[in-house]
Amino acid sequence: MEISTNQFKRCDVVKVTGRLDSATAPKLAEEFARINSEGRFKIVMDFTQLEFISSAGLRVLIATLKNCKRYNRGELVLAGLPANILSVFDLAGFTSIFKIFDDVLTAVAAF
Amino acid sequence: MKTRTFPGRYESLAEIAEFVTIEATNAGLSHQETFELETAVDEAVSNIIEHAYGGEGIGEIKCHCCAEDDGITIILEDYGQPFNPSCIPTPDIKAQLKNRKNHGLGYFLMCQLMDDIKFDFHHDHNRLTMFKRKKES
Repeated sequence: MEISTNQFKRCDVVKVTGRLDSATAPKLAEEFARINSEGRFKIVMDFTQLEFISSAGLRVLIATLKNCKRYNRGELVLAGLPANILSVFDLAGFTSIFKIFDDVLTAVAAF
Repeated sequence: MKTRTFPGRYESLAEIAEFVTIEATNAGLSHQETFELETAVDEAVSNIIEHAYGGEGIGEIKCHCCAEDDGITIILEDYGQPFNPSCIPTPDIKAQLKNRKNHGLGYFLMCQLMDDIKFDFHHDHNRLTMFKRKKES
């Protein structure tokens, strides 16, 4: 898994490539924690190159969403989910708690 | 039936995924069915490492893939503590964010994605048998 983060004026865009599973999820948690520790809580996660997500990855997302939304200081929103990953989000009931956008540009504009 | 043995480490997940994905594709499962199988196997293996072995690098995991006329059977064997995740409470997937638990989704996803799941606990090993049916069968 590879993570690349771009910091914009409105928000940070975190692009994750490859597999997000129990082996790699801690690395993503560290990256979100780093961004939050710098006082930034408006984050777009770019899913366009993500091939796989397990419940370990879902745990990181829900923990980060809770942290970002605390005190209304921000939010973690998701963009560009491949259809098979979206089906896992549906099963897990995540489509009702995350804002999900078709592409990164629309997600950034939403902040 | 194809069988491979993997070290009980999270790094093995990608290799196990590759193994079951190839076997599922050869068995005639669709792309979506193969993805669902890959997800269930990933959750099962992660549970074995975390709960049966209690951590990484403790023991091995044997993975059998058996193509059937109507789908594929995956058998996972470990030599750790018996762990039956069916005793884990079902997560409330309709709860509001503040009431959502961060944990407990793995076994729920396995049950949603597979057609049959069975645990057998023996004196020297544990066996999880999962079946995924082909839609067109």
